[in-house]
Amino acid sequence: MADPMKIRAAMTDDVIEVKVLMSHPMETGQRKGADGAVVPAHFIQQVTATCNGKTVMSAQWGASVSKNPFLSFKFKGAAKGDKVIVTWVDTKADTRSDEGVIA
Amino acid sequence: MNLNRRQLLKSGGNASLLAVLMGAGLLKPGFAFAADWNKSAFSATDLAGAIKGMGGSEPTPSTEISFTAPDIAENGAVVPVSITSKIPNTQSISVFVEKNPNPLTAVFEIAEGTEPTITTRVKMGQTSNVYALVKADGKFHSAVKEVKVTLGGCGG
Repeated sequence: MADPMKIRAAMTDDVIEVKVLMSHPMETGQRKGADGAVVPAHFIQQVTATCNGKTVMSAQWGASVSKNPFLSFKFKGAAKGDKVIVTWVDTKADTRSDEGVIA
Repeated sequence: MNLNRRQLLKSGGNASLLAVLMGAGLLKPGFAFAADWNKSAFSATDLAGAIKGMGGSEPTPSTEISFTAPDIAENGAVVPVSITSKIPNTQSISVFVEKNPNPLTAVFEIAEGTEPTITTRVKMGQTSNVYALVKADGKFHSAVKEVKVTLGGCGG
């Protein structure tokens, strides 16, 4: 299990801006390690964000998203105090889910 | 008929690749790729192939996409990109780095009620054109920007 994500959700007027910082190596499968062997690919493939049971953003990623990915998006239709839940699934079928409270 | 042949070749290719990956222990048997991860789009090596994988055709250049990326990236491992679409009914926003080995970087599905704006960070192997692709009403629109990558240089 990977380290927790940092999630900030801030509301201005009726728009909620969510910023997510994930902790993940995002190996492309192209890089060689110190021993000269290719480091196998290991990256996040799918990211989903839900709020009040509704999917507000879903993404599919390839290997060329940066290490420890950062993501920010905006949505409407929630109130302060609601929770935004972000889930990712990677190529090893590891998954992690964290939540942030809208402030 | 031609199309059938193409599809057959494509599926055959994918199956053998999968077998190789499994053999190398990269994929646990029994675990297929995450449900609807768009393998054909992400393994495409050119813009047309990636868009075809997403079920679209030739994108039309659009000035309605505001696309922010640095002119010069000193560190190709972390290139911030920001895309905002002003096209109505935006369904998805994608990032495509032309000269990366797997150019399609990310596809963000925009749900109803979600603003069509995305910020993230991507890796770039070398100086390349970066495309922002916006799917709206089933059609693809694009904006392009060249990002120069200076690896280990002094920012020149």
